[in-house]
Amino acid sequence: MKGRTIGRHFRESIKSISRNGWMTFASVSAVTVTLLLVGVFVMIMMNLNKVADDLEKDVEIKVYVELTADEASITKLEQEIKETTGIAEVKYSPKGDELNKLVVDFGDDLRLFEQQNPLHNVFYAKAINPQETEAVAKKLDRLDNTFEVKYGEGKIEKLFSFLNTGRNVGLVLILALLFTAMFLISNTIRITIVARRRDIEIMKLVGATNWFIRIPFILEGMWLGILGAIVPMTLVTVLYYNVYKLLAPRLEQGKLFELLDFSPFIYQVNGLILLMGVLIGVWGSFMSVRKFLRV
Amino acid sequence: MIEMINVYKKYPNGIVAANGIDIKIKQGEFVYVVGPSGAGKSTFIKMMYREERPTSGDILINGVNLATLKNNKVPLLRRQIGVVFQDFKLLPRLNVYENVAFALEVIEETPKVIRKKVMDVLELVGLKNKARMFPTELSGGEQQRVSIARSIVNTPMLVIADEPTGNLDPETSWEIMNIFEEINARGTTIIMATHNREIVNTIRHRVIAVEGGLITRDEYGGEYGYEG
Repeated sequence: MKGRTIGRHFRESIKSISRNGWMTFASVSAVTVTLLLVGVFVMIMMNLNKVADDLEKDVEIKVYVELTADEASITKLEQEIKETTGIAEVKYSPKGDELNKLVVDFGDDLRLFEQQNPLHNVFYAKAINPQETEAVAKKLDRLDNTFEVKYGEGKIEKLFSFLNTGRNVGLVLILALLFTAMFLISNTIRITIVARRRDIEIMKLVGATNWFIRIPFILEGMWLGILGAIVPMTLVTVLYYNVYKLLAPRLEQGKLFELLDFSPFIYQVNGLILLMGVLIGVWGSFMSVRKFLRV
Repeated sequence: MIEMINVYKKYPNGIVAANGIDIKIKQGEFVYVVGPSGAGKSTFIKMMYREERPTSGDILINGVNLATLKNNKVPLLRRQIGVVFQDFKLLPRLNVYENVAFALEVIEETPKVIRKKVMDVLELVGLKNKARMFPTELSGGEQQRVSIARSIVNTPMLVIADEPTGNLDPETSWEIMNIFEEINARGTTIIMATHNREIVNTIRHRVIAVEGGLITRDEYGGEYGYEG
């Protein structure tokens, strides 16, 4: 194929978009509505996922050091914890600090205990994979000079299974929505092409090869996808900008979890919407034309 | 240049539209194909541009056998044959100029050559001043002239016309016939299926009558031969 023919196909596809008026409008609207749904939904799901990740990351393993352990064995224990596989980070908190935390939480009366601190020195450890917290905790328990290892037994299992269910449900919903979107959009595009079945027959009679007929249609599908993606991209961006501006400062105080940062995230979502629009448009036209080329 | 040898065509529904056709048509001839409706006339015409494939037998056009021609070679064949239909078959979203130019775009001609050839051929059919109009804005006769222009813009050796005057009033039909005469005078073979008795009897050419899937008559300068 010659370069000027490729140029011709591009011009032809754009011409077709403008001359098909209402059909173009119908397809673009269908793409717009579905991509908007997908965009908003993806945004919600990805943020929920982020929240789940944040919650998981807050899961800590608390290693109480034996009261009888001396400086040397504490250092040794710290080393051993760090070397345990699956450990991401370790923080040491001597019993003085532990008491201070209690004082902050429960009041000055507890300062009495500063004379003779009954608390243990503590290591706070986090698992690289929060889902493996339990297994890692058990390994730590086997080390020397540990009095007790706690990781929120019972509670975190419930949390994890809740979060996992949430993630799976979200994934299934997104896939279902994508599938519906593909179906809806390619069907609309199909209708616009069915209306042009006669055109395809005529082109073949004049001696056009299948690819000569197909390419402008495929390009047209691509334009439909791009046109249909414009409104969802704009709306999703404005929407997330405002939600982020509203919620982010409040969540920052809680520190429990945060929304995904505006900057890379919104570009990813927009990219996804555009890519989906183009893919669905191209795929829809390709499939529809294919049917009529077998004349 | 065109030769059919023992061509037989049976449709899936059992109808036999060609029952052993043998014919030879030389380059530059003008041939009318006549016969009652449903007698195999359309099939005879359609097999020549490979719209239909014969069940058995050979169809040779300039040495190429259409019976064994591969599907992906059909576009190449159609570029050497101009086809004109009763219902014009113009692309509704393209204007007159673009409709004619399409036949040259498919062979990847340069824009300069396309422009020149299209304008020349539009002049020949007398539509140069309507190049920017769309098919729906034209009369039937004008649409048919566009369709003829498209069929000859590529200077094919053969033009096949399937009842080109079938939808036109008598006066317009004569105009269309004049154009075909002119094309034929330039050496292009023309094969025309028609029901138009007056035309066949006035502009005398070779007449082939098809009935019951057979060629029942083949005369040079013959008459239409059926009651109007």
